[in-house]
Amino acid sequence: MTHPHHPRLARWLCTLILILGAGPVASADPLQPAGLESDEARTPAVLDSAAAPATLTLVPGEQDAAAADPHSLTPETLAVSEPAPVLDFAALVARLPEGSFRERAAIAVSIAETGDPRAVEVLGALLEGQLEVSRETPPRILIRTADTQVDALSGEVWSESVQTARVPVNSPLRGQLRALIARLNLSHPETRVRLDAVDRLMTSGSAAPLVDLLGARLLVEEDAAVREAIQVTLAMVDLQAGDAQQRLGAIAVLRGALAPEVRAAVTRVAEIDPDEQVRAAAGEALDSIQRRLQWYGFLENLFFGLSLGSVLLLAAVGLAITFGVMGVINMAHGELIMIGAYTTWLIQLALPQHLEYSVLIAIPAAFMVAGLVGIAIERGVIRFLYGRPLETLLATFGISLILQQAVRSLFSPLNRAVASPDWLSGSLQINPVLSITYGRLYILVFSLMVFVALLIVLKRTDLGLKVRAVSQNRAMARALGVRAGWVDALTFGLGAGIAGVAGVALSQLTNVGPNLGQSYIIDSFMVVVFGGVGNLWGTLVGAMGLGVLNKFMEPYLGAVLAKILVLIFIILFIQKRPRGLFPQKGRAAET
Amino acid sequence: MLRPSLFRSGPALAAGVFALTLGAPTLQAADTIKVGVLHSLSGTMAISETTLKDTMLMLVEEQNRQGGLLGKPLEAVVVDPASDWPLFAERTRELLDKEKVAAIFGCWTSVSRKSVLPVIEELNGVLFYPVQYEGEESSRNVFYTGAAPNQQAIPAVDYLMNEIGVERWVLAGTDYVYPRTTNRILEAYLKSKGVAADDIMINYTPFGHSDWQSIVAEIKRFGSQGKKTAVVSTINGDANVPFYRELGNQGISAEDIPVVAFSVGEEELSGIDTRPLVGHLAAWNYFMSVDNPVNAAFIEQWHGFIKDPKRVTNDPMEAHYIGFNMWVKAVEKAGTTDPDAVIDAMIGVQVPNLTGGISEMLPNHHITKPVLIGEIQSDGQFEVVWQTDALVPGEAWSPYIESNQNIIADWRDPIRCGNYNTLTKTCSGQGL
Amino acid sequence: MLARRLLLSDRGGMIVLALLLLMTILVPVLNLMVPPESPWHVSTYLVTLLGKFLTYALLALAVDLIWGYAGILSLGHGAFFALGGYAMGMYLMRQIGTRGVYGHPELPDFMVFLNWDSLPWYWWGFDMFWFAMLMVVLVPGLLALVFGWLAFRSRVTGVYFAIITQALTFALMLAFFRNEMGFGGNNGLTDFKDILGFSIQARETRVGLFVASAIALILGYLACRYIVTSRFGRVVVAIRDAENRVRFSGYRVESYKLWLFVFSAMLAGIAGALYVPQVGIINPGEFSPLSSIELVVWVATGGRGTLYGAVTGAFVVNYAKTWFTTAYPELWLFALGALFVLVTLLLPRGLVGLIRRRRREEDDS
Repeated sequence: MTHPHHPRLARWLCTLILILGAGPVASADPLQPAGLESDEARTPAVLDSAAAPATLTLVPGEQDAAAADPHSLTPETLAVSEPAPVLDFAALVARLPEGSFRERAAIAVSIAETGDPRAVEVLGALLEGQLEVSRETPPRILIRTADTQVDALSGEVWSESVQTARVPVNSPLRGQLRALIARLNLSHPETRVRLDAVDRLMTSGSAAPLVDLLGARLLVEEDAAVREAIQVTLAMVDLQAGDAQQRLGAIAVLRGALAPEVRAAVTRVAEIDPDEQVRAAAGEALDSIQRRLQWYGFLENLFFGLSLGSVLLLAAVGLAITFGVMGVINMAHGELIMIGAYTTWLIQLALPQHLEYSVLIAIPAAFMVAGLVGIAIERGVIRFLYGRPLETLLATFGISLILQQAVRSLFSPLNRAVASPDWLSGSLQINPVLSITYGRLYILVFSLMVFVALLIVLKRTDLGLKVRAVSQNRAMARALGVRAGWVDALTFGLGAGIAGVAGVALSQLTNVGPNLGQSYIIDSFMVVVFGGVGNLWGTLVGAMGLGVLNKFMEPYLGAVLAKILVLIFIILFIQKRPRGLFPQKGRAAET
Repeated sequence: MLRPSLFRSGPALAAGVFALTLGAPTLQAADTIKVGVLHSLSGTMAISETTLKDTMLMLVEEQNRQGGLLGKPLEAVVVDPASDWPLFAERTRELLDKEKVAAIFGCWTSVSRKSVLPVIEELNGVLFYPVQYEGEESSRNVFYTGAAPNQQAIPAVDYLMNEIGVERWVLAGTDYVYPRTTNRILEAYLKSKGVAADDIMINYTPFGHSDWQSIVAEIKRFGSQGKKTAVVSTINGDANVPFYRELGNQGISAEDIPVVAFSVGEEELSGIDTRPLVGHLAAWNYFMSVDNPVNAAFIEQWHGFIKDPKRVTNDPMEAHYIGFNMWVKAVEKAGTTDPDAVIDAMIGVQVPNLTGGISEMLPNHHITKPVLIGEIQSDGQFEVVWQTDALVPGEAWSPYIESNQNIIADWRDPIRCGNYNTLTKTCSGQGL
Repeated sequence: MLARRLLLSDRGGMIVLALLLLMTILVPVLNLMVPPESPWHVSTYLVTLLGKFLTYALLALAVDLIWGYAGILSLGHGAFFALGGYAMGMYLMRQIGTRGVYGHPELPDFMVFLNWDSLPWYWWGFDMFWFAMLMVVLVPGLLALVFGWLAFRSRVTGVYFAIITQALTFALMLAFFRNEMGFGGNNGLTDFKDILGFSIQARETRVGLFVASAIALILGYLACRYIVTSRFGRVVVAIRDAENRVRFSGYRVESYKLWLFVFSAMLAGIAGALYVPQVGIINPGEFSPLSSIELVVWVATGGRGTLYGAVTGAFVVNYAKTWFTTAYPELWLFALGALFVLVTLLLPRGLVGLIRRRRREEDDS
């Protein structure tokens, strides 16, 4: 085991100051507000961190070692951090708003090293952009929360509003702050926070000087995941610095790890390690890592494909009703999707305080709004055109142009910002190479729910029965007392409403603007035609199939060529089976 | 000649007659100077270009309030090329041939400029082009007030390399000429700085690309090889929102892999939920957040004109501001709006820009500009994190493209050429 | 005999043709002979604009031939138009020679820029005018032949045919957007210098192109008229009205449809070839499914099933577009959208149908 000593520590600090925390964020929520924990929670972390590196004074002689590092500080900035031990916590915090980002970084390091219990909170606030300086003399440093301002030093709450300016942060500084907070959080009582802290130390490559601290933590750590993370981190240090035996031991530990940093390190060892035995072991470990990566890569692609398929399904399933069941070519379908997306935006605008729920409220609202617009289109135009599908195509295309321009005139041609609630952001981290984004996962589930709901409506309800009756034999249905006109309006409204619901989902993925609908209309028609007109299951299989096909071709061919080939595939497929994957059978299909 | 009874014969005739009346010369109002505004007000580009039309109307109005130009009031002639590239050429012909405008301010995309170029040269007009573009062009009749690659792309890469320590590069763009050229220049530049070919990943996507899952996953893998990685994005317009969203959702923050964009400004951000973007970068020659009295006055004037205090200002607006003021000065200097005289008078004209400096029109028809790097903030504005010490002169021909060695543009005597080879002393450029 | 068949029975057509002839003579005279100060002078801007309308009318004619007479709705006819345009554009690019930005004697600028060192094989021969002109009709014709053969053979009709033609033009658009394809990517082909040795910017060349377009339209009109009045044409109309009955009567429905479709595609290709030198640029935007649908509306507005109706429709809608986008840009899409709806709901026979109906009413009273 290596021991921390001064030159190393200095280099670590310097590196820390200028390197961003590289590598992917391991946590589902990278903005975990580390600085806003309770006092009891914070104390042990600070005690631990204060215990490890005894002093942080930068001795002038050590600057040379630092200068050799490509990311070293310039002498000027070092000069700023030099008087650090002289200043106490309060003085350091007071100096935060001044100077350049580099100087602020140096002060942040000094703040972390004071061991003051308030350090995590202040650095966390700085990271989040919540640290502010009041415009008074002498200025005060405040931490802004949702509705109050808290004095960073005294903890006193300020109810009256003071004129303030934000203490600026930039990306490099944020990266450093995260690493500093990670170190202070190694003994945090929450497992999740500890795990994130260890991961960040590992991915940012700044664990080497902290082996003692990590080793000590390993002895008391009870959580298996954190233990494993610490072991991997220590093995990574050993891999780079230990003797041959240690390196072999490290490789044995790292065989099971998937993190890209580990792979990069093992690859390097397999290529350049002086010891042949170590090289062989590393090569073997690399193969095992590679095999697992391939498997996870396949899973990832599958998810991407299903996710794309779910978007296609949502966009197309409404069309499957209007086109498949009613025989109406609704070119305004895309604009109904757009109306759903704009409804989402309007609801967010109306309920700024309830961002978390606004998307959920938007689902029925978009269904209603788009459905009503759909019924209006049906009653106003389409009902005069039944039996003439090509004419419905032209008329609804005209409607789509009118709707687009109406949105442009009403809401301006600019795109509108629809925010994603927190529960739709971020990703589910299954392992370091496979993560599933929540937004897409929910949309996948949601699209299947919509599909099932629609299936139930058509197969199990009175309305569904009438819809099927009218679509199969209009005259007979009317003779049996079904009000065909009313059923037509409701069916079209249903298809349009589903389009609106698709708009809610799309508002979470892409732009909300007047051109939204156009980008999906052709794809939607392809899915319906490919799946087989008049068959909802065909639409499901068609959407998922095309999504997966597209995503498996994309890595080899690029996005454009993959899409072109999918289109050509559909064109040829239709020649082979003109009625799609699942053709409607029976006499009705022939008319 | 046309008997009235024929009018009943069919709309075709009516159409023919209408069409003929299109060409009937409108009475020239000799007491105004006409300024053509050629920006799409409908179609896909309306989203960006409508603002520039309003900017021009504001500038013209302001000039008239100050007494017009050469003692005559200015009159803005607005036409709509409807985001249709051939229509740009047609409308240019209309402006020059029919409306006899003294200058045209317009175009956004490169293809629209390329479409207009033959017409503006044929009819000897003057065009001010306000958008950052790929260079590789210098026309006698065009003044490029947006950034050339050396005024945006190269300083941005310098910043990432020197200040952030980036060693691995993803050059991601939409598949058209501006990203292609910019990436080609950047690739050559990076290699000249010792970056290995393995450390550069180039990716092109189609316009409006919306499913970024695979590409972001690839960027993530590319960026996790232990070296600091950054994305240089020339992704255009609508594709940006899903791109940044996917980055955020896959857990890539600005500290892990910063993205520096050349096509994302205040106006684009106003249509985006900016929370996942905080910390990502953009390189421009102007930011609305720049704090100086000239800019404050401009913003106030804009808000007054557009009657909406929430509207933002952006870089192409500043380019029109500079271009318009330069044209006014050149016309005053020449004492006439005659294109030949104005084109000659333009070179060397100096006007204040909105970032506190003085921009100058260079002999290659590009201008001097400062380069600013801004970080996206949660309120949709940029915080300037770096800027060049002095104004950077625009280069029409990037020296990082091999075939451009020894090529210069100089519209003064005796060269008078946009594509002059200093070795062969000929005016037809490379390859010979 | 032939003249009677083509013209006399077709009063609307005669009027349209007469107007076209008048325009073909008057416009060049008024542009070239009348001094610009005169109120009768026709500006070069207008000559080019009308020339563009003429090519659009030829395209509308091609669509009407298959939609109005054979009942085949193609939402991808813009693709054939664009392919013809690209063939012409390639010829014009090769004529630039060393006058390009990079001055390469053989390669167009965009290829020099992409670092290509030789012409791709599919650019060979385009420096020869006759070859390019052959390609203008052959390329769209061949594509239509292959596509139509596949589609008609498997009896893809009506809506399905419309949707897959849309997919076809969409796929072609995406393909032509790719820079690697070697057709200039998004920028397309532009900066043309001359055609057959004449400077493309000269007023005389523009007038010449205008006259060529007018003649092409007149000849195209007569050819279509010849087809629809022939026995072939009557079978085609029968197919439109009752496809199965015609098939059961022993006609090979597929080949009738196929040859008509191929001819129509070639006509569209010629229209594209005449369009490109007049507007000065061809790019993948022409493939956009939107413009293909728009051109169907020209035909619907004018009146499908009557050839002069298609010509009329192309002029009326495009004139309206020019006027609206100058006077009321924000209203143009409303107007176009309303046109789509109103024509399908109220004027199934288009404008000419309206006029014919009124005349019939007058005759009755």
